[in-house]
Amino acid sequence: MRIGFFPGCSLEGSSREYLESIREVAAVLGIELAEIPDWNCCGATAAHTLNHRLALALPARTLALAEQAGLDEVVVPCSACYNRLAGTRHELLHDEALRQQITDIIEMNWHGATRVLNVLEWLNRVVGELPGHVSAPFGHRVACYYGCYLTRPKALAACRRIEDPTEMDDLVRAVGAEPIRWAYKVECCGAGLSVSRTESVARLSERIVSDAVERGAEAIVVACPMCHTNLDLRRDAILAAAPPGGRSRIAGIPVLYVTQVVGLAMGVSLRPLGLHRHHVPVRLSAAPPSVAPAAAGEGEE
Amino acid sequence: MSAPVKHADGAVGLADAVEAATGESVFNCYQCGKCMAGCPLAEEMDLAPNQVLRLLQLGQPGMDEEVLGSLSIWLCLTCEQCSTRCPQEVDIPKITDWLRQESQRRGLANKKAKAILAFHTSFLDTIRRGGRLHEVGLITTFKLRTWRFFQDVLVAPKLLARGKLSILPHRIEGHAGVKRIFDRCATEAADPEHKGNQP
Repeated sequence: MRIGFFPGCSLEGSSREYLESIREVAAVLGIELAEIPDWNCCGATAAHTLNHRLALALPARTLALAEQAGLDEVVVPCSACYNRLAGTRHELLHDEALRQQITDIIEMNWHGATRVLNVLEWLNRVVGELPGHVSAPFGHRVACYYGCYLTRPKALAACRRIEDPTEMDDLVRAVGAEPIRWAYKVECCGAGLSVSRTESVARLSERIVSDAVERGAEAIVVACPMCHTNLDLRRDAILAAAPPGGRSRIAGIPVLYVTQVVGLAMGVSLRPLGLHRHHVPVRLSAAPPSVAPAAAGEGEE
Repeated sequence: MSAPVKHADGAVGLADAVEAATGESVFNCYQCGKCMAGCPLAEEMDLAPNQVLRLLQLGQPGMDEEVLGSLSIWLCLTCEQCSTRCPQEVDIPKITDWLRQESQRRGLANKKAKAILAFHTSFLDTIRRGGRLHEVGLITTFKLRTWRFFQDVLVAPKLLARGKLSILPHRIEGHAGVKRIFDRCATEAADPEHKGNQP
């Protein structure tokens, strides 16, 4: 099977372990990822904050290249890129005058032929096959953190339940993990203010990490490089924002990409999945097979 | 469509400009406060999201400027919690994006938003140059803009050690095309370093 692929800038830099783990999982599943030739940055928060037309034109160029390459669907792993690409597609398909204006700007044709998928949509299509590939069930309690752009806005939402999505929970359950119920699944981590206003981000992310720990999670699972950066790389700032008594408890909980969890359960070793690249060390190993049979889906409560 | 809001001097208010540019009417808001309740950064804001809409609804002298000069519009994370929960389906993030751009056009951007603006501007600078984000370039430009030379000096070596930073930028083949896209969109752009430039 072959599917279009848009890695996005973060996956080529500070979040390259997300890319590594996606490639490993795709290889096990026998899926060829066809990268969009010469793709460009989606413009991210900066473009939509400062220049509306640029925020549409940058994703439109990439979408037009995907269409030229004959790709029916493109997997976009970063939630923020996903929001920009899927949002642009939606806006241009619903406004013919705007579409004309933007295609003039990018000097390319675009008809909206290529659909945009996030990682959860993509992997959930093959969720039935996953248990068959599991050799080391991920027998840990995990908090699935969706953040903003997997559930919002409604028009693009890849998850059915906006306030309490379950798509990532389904995925990790299929590889032997036990997703917990918790309150911060869709709360924002602070996203694009990570550099310009780190204290605000630390305050928001502290609540997310603390709730996951308080409810017994051994790891937090994400599907977005921004979420990962804020919960993992910003852990020291998070600790500084935490009440003094609560710091040691939240210091050690690791943050894994959903594809790292799936890859570990498939028996891929730590290094190819990029687990050595995290700021908070990942000390979890795939649980011994005796702990959780892959097919088991029930929680303990 | 609501009746135009006239200022004392007869000028049409910001509420109508918002509607013309975004298709969103601030008069749909009935002040339930749901947006404020769910906004992750409401406690740091000088105006809660519903207060921004209230000022636009009232349109009394000085209120438009208060909105455009607020820190709130820059703090908004565009997490879209407010618009997702709004019973009236007001697209507040869409309105906010336009208010930011109008704030820049009129040179009213809040001084406390300097770092946020510097980050976004530095980000777009690197995309304009190479077509993709170059993180080292972004952070260097941001530091030069803000004089925050010591920020994250402890984080960078960790990133390097883990193979997460590329020292050299990657330039896509179509970088000239990307630059042209920036130039064509520039009429609407609001470069903070060219305050007051009208489109």
